Formats: sequence, C-alpha cells, structure tokens
Amino acid sequence: MEPFSRLTSVAAPLVRANVDTDAIIPSREIRSVSKTGLADGLFAGWRYTEIGGRTPDPAFVLNDPAYAGAQILLGGENFGCGSSREHAAWALAEYGFRAIVAPSFNPIFFNNCVRNGIVPVVLAAERVAVLAAAVAEDPQGRRVTVSLEDMRIAGPDGEPTPFELGDEQREMLRHGLDAIDLTLRWRDEIAAFRQADRSRRPWIYLTAPSPTSRSEVA
Amino acid sequence: MSGPQTLFDRIWRTHLVRALPEDVGLVLIDRVLLHERTGGVALKSLQAAGRPVMAPAQTFCTMDHVVDTFPGRTDKTVMPTGTSFITQTRDAAREAGITLFDIGDEGQGIVHVISPEHALVLPGATLVCPDSHTCTQGAMGALAWGIGSTEAEHALATGTLRIARPRTMRITVANRLAPGVTAKDLALAVVAKISASGARDHVVEYAGEGVEALSVEERLTLCNMATEIAAFTAIVAPDDKVFEYLEGRAYAPKGEAWDLALAEWRGLRSDPDAVFDREVTIDAAEISPMVTWGVSPQQGAPIGSAVPDYDAVADRDSREAYDRALGYMDLTPGQPLEGLPIGAAFIGSCTNSRISDLRRAAALLKGRRVAAGVKAICVPGSTRVKHQAEAEGLDRVFLDAGFEWRESGCSMCFFAGGESFGERQRVVSSTNRNFESRQGPQTRSHLASPETVAASAIRGAIADPRKLAPEPV
Repeated sequence: MEPFSRLTSVAAPLVRANVDTDAIIPSREIRSVSKTGLADGLFAGWRYTEIGGRTPDPAFVLNDPAYAGAQILLGGENFGCGSSREHAAWALAEYGFRAIVAPSFNPIFFNNCVRNGIVPVVLAAERVAVLAAAVAEDPQGRRVTVSLEDMRIAGPDGEPTPFELGDEQREMLRHGLDAIDLTLRWRDEIAAFRQADRSRRPWIYLTAPSPTSRSEVA
Repeated sequence: MSGPQTLFDRIWRTHLVRALPEDVGLVLIDRVLLHERTGGVALKSLQAAGRPVMAPAQTFCTMDHVVDTFPGRTDKTVMPTGTSFITQTRDAAREAGITLFDIGDEGQGIVHVISPEHALVLPGATLVCPDSHTCTQGAMGALAWGIGSTEAEHALATGTLRIARPRTMRITVANRLAPGVTAKDLALAVVAKISASGARDHVVEYAGEGVEALSVEERLTLCNMATEIAAFTAIVAPDDKVFEYLEGRAYAPKGEAWDLALAEWRGLRSDPDAVFDREVTIDAAEISPMVTWGVSPQQGAPIGSAVPDYDAVADRDSREAYDRALGYMDLTPGQPLEGLPIGAAFIGSCTNSRISDLRRAAALLKGRRVAAGVKAICVPGSTRVKHQAEAEGLDRVFLDAGFEWRESGCSMCFFAGGESFGERQRVVSSTNRNFESRQGPQTRSHLASPETVAASAIRGAIADPRKLAPEPV
C-alpha cells in the first residue's frame, strides 16, 4: 500500500447523497477474481452513454477535461453505501483517487478505503459544498490539499479545515502498513486467548464437519 | 468492567483479545463465511501472500452470487466470465481446507440463508463475511457483520479483526404487527423512519414485543436490512425460538456441549437498566404493507399512499436526489403507488427466500395466475429450502401460477451482466436494494414483502396483499 502524507490535486465534485457501491462499480463490471482491472468500470453506469458501452457521457464529471487528473473526489452523505464489495475501493484507487471527501461514509466502505490507501476525509456538508463551488471556477488551477501530516484539508477558498481519523487508521495510511502484519505480531497472545476461550466456549471450536444433520429447513 | 451491560457489551467483552488505543479492539472472530464473488479473491490473495487460514474448520464458503439459478445449472454462467469465479473459488477453498457448499450440494444456498440452516452462526458468536447483508445473522443472537475482502483476509489469517468499537442503539418495536403486515414491511418502515445513514456505526439491538413475537425467519428478514440504515450490524437477544431452531442442526453443539452452550446463551441479553447511546421506538401496530418508490431503500411508503411531495422528504433528500429518483422511476408526486403497472415480479434473496416466505406467497398464489405480460420468478434461498418446498408441493403452486421455479442463489437481486429484467422494466421485488440499475440496466425496482410481490404479480400492478383472500373462492 502506497504511503500517503500530503496530496495537492484537482478535486472532482460528485456531491450526491447515497452514492452506492453498485454505482461506483456495477456488478457487471466485476469480471474476474482479482483486485485489478476495475478502473474502466468505475462509475460505468454514469460515465458511459450506454450499459456495457465505453462511449464517454460528456455530462459526467470524470469525462469533463477540466477535471482531468483528479485524485480527490468530493462526495455526498453516506458515500459508498450498499454492497460491501471492496471492488469499489479498488476501482477508485486504480483510477487514481487517493482521497474522498464527504460529509459521511458507509462504515464498510470507509474501512475498505483505509485498507487500500485512500484517505476518507469526513467534512461537514456545507464545507464540501463550498469546496465544490470553489474548485468549479477553475478546477485545474484551484486545487485541494489533503494532509495527514497536520490532519487538514485546504481548498482554494481560504483557511485549512481540520478533519479527524483514528490514530491507527492515520498511521496505516501514512506508512502504507499492512494490518495483518501488525496483528500477527500478537500471534502468541491470540493463540493464548483462543486456548483459554476454548475451555470456556468449547462449542465454538469445530474440528471437522459434523457427521449428522437434521434434514428439514423449518 | 461491571455495571449494566447491553447484549453487545457482553459479546464484545467475551471476544476482546486486546484493547487498542481510541476504543479500537482486537476482537476474536468465531466464524468466517465466504462466497464466490468476494471470498474467492480474499482466499486467492491470502494464498499468494503465503498466509494460511488460521481456523479452516470454522471457515465456510458457498456459491451463491455468480452461479446461475436456471434448472440444470452447471459451472457455466449467463454472466460473462462467471465461471472463473466459481472454479477459482472452488480451487482456493480446497487448497485452504475449508468447507465448501458447492453447486449440486444439498447444503448450498445464499450464505445468510444456509448459515442459520446449518447452525454455522450461533448465539453469542462473532461472525464475519465479505458481504454487507451479514447483519441478517444477528437475528440468531450473534454479532455478525459485513466486511471487505481485505478485512476478510485479516480475519482468515489472524482469527481476529481490529475494529473501532461501535456505538449502541436500541430500536424498540412496540406492539405487534397487524395481520397481513410482515417483517419485511417492518424492515422497510424502519429504513424509511431512520434513513439510509441513520444508524451509522451503531450496533442496533432490535427489542420489544413486536420483535419477540416474530419467528426466527422473520427476525432474519428484519435484521437483513440493517445495512440499509448504515448500521454496524443488528442483533436480537436469542430466546427459546432461536434455541429450538438451532437444536440438532448440522454444526450446532451436541450433547453436553449443547447444554453448556445453552446455559451461556440464556444470559445473552441486555440488562434492564443497560444504557444505549441512542433509543428509537417504532409502533408495529401502525405499520401497513410498505413499498419503495425511489432509488434508495429509505424512499419507501405505505402501499395505500402516494408518491410523496418533495416537502414530505425534504429533511432527508436533496431536491436533486428527489427529482432524480422520480425521473429514474418514471413517477410523479401524488401518483398512487397501488395500481402502478409492473412488468416483473421477483421472490428471493437473503431478505425473503426462506421456507416461510415461500409458504406465505404460495398461499396467495394458489389457484391464481400471474397477469399476462408479467415475468415472475421465484428463487428459493437454499437447496434445502427448495427441496422442502417441493416436498410440500409449493413448486407446483408457483409453476401453475406462472412463476419460474429456480435453483437457489442470489439470482436477480442484482444484475451481474447476464440476466436482466430489462430497461425501464418495473419490478416488484422481495429484495433489499432498489438502487439505479441494481436489477438490470435502467430497471425500476420496488421493494416489498413476498406477499406484496405475489399479489402484484397476479394483478399486474402494485397491489395490497390484504385485499386478496388467502384462498380464492
């Protein structure tokens, strides 16, 4: 995972409430058992003129040359709701997004972003709206800066605004850490916990598939 | 920690391996469930990293998302490239040494249907699955929640997850549902009341007379839609209904272990004086059959009402979102929901595909016919549900009424690139998401109970199932 400290970039506004992960990456665009090959399908239903097609719809923000190269996405309330498909985060990252700024995020999507090096920036709806309006005047010239160093987001309109992120999430993003590696440092502690738990809740610890089963369903 | 505890507090405490700063916990995971769309990629990625699955006997996989549901199905899929999901997931599951409920197995089915069916989920257990509807399984008294594939890799490799401790919210359902009103209507009413982001980061405990009165399968339906209010998950305190449901099932504890488990499970409830971060009450007696009119599950209304004016939803939807939803759904404010002509009807999904759902829909369909021009499909939630329904003759009822009778799977709850209901087609569906193009390119989905789907299929338009007698005269 690529470390993130500070990014200044064109910001693309897609400030709609409840942008769901089906919209971010439709099921039909998830074509292989893989975390890659998804950027083309990002926002496919809105980005192209027809389903399955690849003709850009000029009305969609990512097809507007003014927003070319955007690595920051400005979103609406409950961004990333719906399906837990991590393909949404993979597609956004592969397309080039490194930060998403929204008033609120779906919790599963939020975690998926952190695990894939995308900074989810929670910012009041009014501030997102102000940023979106400010960048719209000159997207290439009026850039947005997201910094994990001082936990601030700065638009072209004035003072930087602080945002919050858990310390652990911030550190993982800053240093590109793998959570599994970190947790496996406590391998022995986990094993000891499991062993004690096994005597307390033996029914949880299956050893092999059960030989008998009831056949009816209700 | 002493003092009054919520049900969630109890499970959290039992599973907390290590408390990390800022109320993050390293939490023990008792069960990991996988399916071929998001699970296969997690297994493959783990194997590529050379990391073994820590507890393969507590890890299960099924084929539900991509697999076809046509009779006589094989590994081949209508979805282009679907076969690769099936074969690669199968290979990865074998290599990992986990239990796979494969195509053709009696145990196969939608992950949130088969888990209670096999007693993979148990009261007081922690269970995760890379699928947002894992909250369904909270109905069994487990802490069960949806995660991403990378988090699934973490759970598989370490037997734990690092999670920020969620806040707690109790939704008390006062009184009981009126006759002809279902758990699905209650679930849709909750989403309409709370909003699509209203329970964000909260564990929702469903409690009260209205919940206690529900059967286990009805509770599964209710908890299923907790992800549609952005909850961390939902949970119901397990009671005798749950214990009776589980006893004797394939992976339920047996003999002495059962007695031991049961003694612990009986203590799985919130203390009377437990404090929740938020409390919400909803009166079950005031709920009527619900149907959605928009493109978010929160855009729902009683079936006897009309498409709301903007003012009625202004606290929730922006003008742009409201106009966009109505434009997409081809509706106008004030238009009655009942009587909207439909082109398709779908009964299935992890929300409503269990045997009791099929029985109630069949009771309405018996002796009746689906209206001309309506494509109607019933997809049982598991192979066992299918076989049980067939033993009861329900398949004949669906087929005689003009429904297709399918093999089990997620099927047309979502469009995967293969089968679609068609552009601008209006579908009444027992599923959980009415997002744009969810069930097919430009398809217009109306979420409702299986009874409402059945009644609407017969009428060829959105219909109130209470207006149909259970048996035609």
